[in-house]
Amino acid sequence: MHLSADDWSAIRLTLELAGIVTVLLLIIGTPIAWWLARSRSPLRGVVGAVVSLPIVLPPTVLGFYLLVLMGPEGAVGRLTDALGLGRLPFTFPGLVVASILYSLPFVVQPVQNAFMAMGERPLEVAATLRASPLRTFFCVALPLARPGFITAAILGFAHTVGEFGVVLMIGGNIPDKTRVISMQIYNHVEALEYGQAHGLAAILLVFSFLVLLALYTVGGARNTLGAGR
Amino acid sequence: MSGGLELQCRLPLADFALEADLSLPGRGVTALFGPSGSGKTTLLRCVAGLARAAGRVEINGECWQDDARRIFLPTHQRPLGYVFQEASLFAHLSVKANLEFGLKRIAPAERKVGWETALDLLGIGHLLARGTGALSGGERQRVAIARALLTSPRLLLMDEPLAALDARRKQEILPYLERLHDELAIPVLYVSHSPDEVARLADHLVLLEQGRVLASGPIAELQARLDLPLALDEEAAVVVEAQVLAHDEAYALTRLGLAVGSIQVTRKALAVGARARIKIQARDVSIALSSDNPSSIVNRLPARIRGFGEAMHPAQCLVSLDAGGTLLLARITRLSRDQLGLREGMEVVAQIKSVALLG
Repeated sequence: MHLSADDWSAIRLTLELAGIVTVLLLIIGTPIAWWLARSRSPLRGVVGAVVSLPIVLPPTVLGFYLLVLMGPEGAVGRLTDALGLGRLPFTFPGLVVASILYSLPFVVQPVQNAFMAMGERPLEVAATLRASPLRTFFCVALPLARPGFITAAILGFAHTVGEFGVVLMIGGNIPDKTRVISMQIYNHVEALEYGQAHGLAAILLVFSFLVLLALYTVGGARNTLGAGR
Repeated sequence: MSGGLELQCRLPLADFALEADLSLPGRGVTALFGPSGSGKTTLLRCVAGLARAAGRVEINGECWQDDARRIFLPTHQRPLGYVFQEASLFAHLSVKANLEFGLKRIAPAERKVGWETALDLLGIGHLLARGTGALSGGERQRVAIARALLTSPRLLLMDEPLAALDARRKQEILPYLERLHDELAIPVLYVSHSPDEVARLADHLVLLEQGRVLASGPIAELQARLDLPLALDEEAAVVVEAQVLAHDEAYALTRLGLAVGSIQVTRKALAVGARARIKIQARDVSIALSSDNPSSIVNRLPARIRGFGEAMHPAQCLVSLDAGGTLLLARITRLSRDQLGLREGMEVVAQIKSVALLG
């Protein structure tokens, strides 16, 4: 298996994207998961549904709306223009934003399940031991939800690595900027370079298998993939 | 502000409303007693601030909640210890880290219960390095109690701490709870539906039913009352505080002093002068008109009849007796009552067939 310089560039870019997106997702997803796990607000259902949309939505649909929204006529596009940030489509930051939305449910759900599974009791115990709500969150809730966070990080990372449709719509196919592995495979196939495509495709196949293997051996997969606790 | 625990809690629940208005002693163990679902735990949670009732909570002059003055301290600002029914140790921490969790938030000057004291009282010194998963149910609960004590609480709340344990583990923990009662001056609110635990631990009793307070008072007084469900129980009994006066080695008996008079029980391994808590069941007390007639019953106390009540079985009735300040219950047949011509205020002799030493 021989990988070209372009292939390596795509791999590097993919890992960079998935790494950044995973870190940001854990930061953004945790408060959302906490709120979804504990709120009794009537908005809970709506927010939960919106967060979960990417699971059922074709990536191209999500990508299309993001393109419109972030384009020169879209609300987000106007905002970034006004802030002097330029426009997001066909840039790496644009890809990061799109990937975050695309992979959000895969991070929020395992963390939310972990928060729900621990129940009210450890938090009440912490309060009776004089821990403030903030301290309780960091010293009790986060450590107890660790398996959920591991599952979330693995799924968020893997799901970002595997995306195609959103990248196609938002990122385009710009070398070193938005050309990730899945795009590069597509390019090879278009150019009838099946050998090259094989190399990258095999890498993704093995990677995906290893991810799922890790999830099922660690055991966190039960949280995420259905059965609950 | 006076001492004691002032609790006024109103909270609508699914089937009924909790409506408690209580003034409790600021020391000793107060048992909240009643059937499952009578609101005991909810009342405890309201005191802790874990449930939000309307009303007022004042602990020995310290106000934790007063709706009239818009005061409501969140749980973590109330100097209390709470022991839940299941030990609820933090699974991600070792035993030592669990114990330190509350302790490290207490300023050194505020620490009244020392590290060694707590470990000794609960007998958990050898468990420190273990993970919480490697503990038995009884050990877990002892760690949880020590963890609560180490915050030097001004009120200890215990929600059926023994209910999740089997009979053997209960017997393992009860002596530790008795030591708490004897050695620490922390007032305790103890939720239980076990008459046995209440008899061993409580000084004061609150009877709850359907969220309402049926009665509240010193345990010996409530147990001797004829109008409460306690008296109707097959195991109806009174708890009596006694003091070891002397041992009679020849007959292997121990003499226990009561408020007035004394009784003899089979030889107990207790030091002379020690306090002992004994239980006298209603079915073990019979009544004679005088102590002239010879009898094999050793313990015969002069007593005055305070009143009569109905027993569970129509053949029987309950007699409340005052033996020189010690209140007793006797369960006799209605036939004997009429044959002996027993009346309220009559001076009789209470014959006690058997006495159980608690603890």
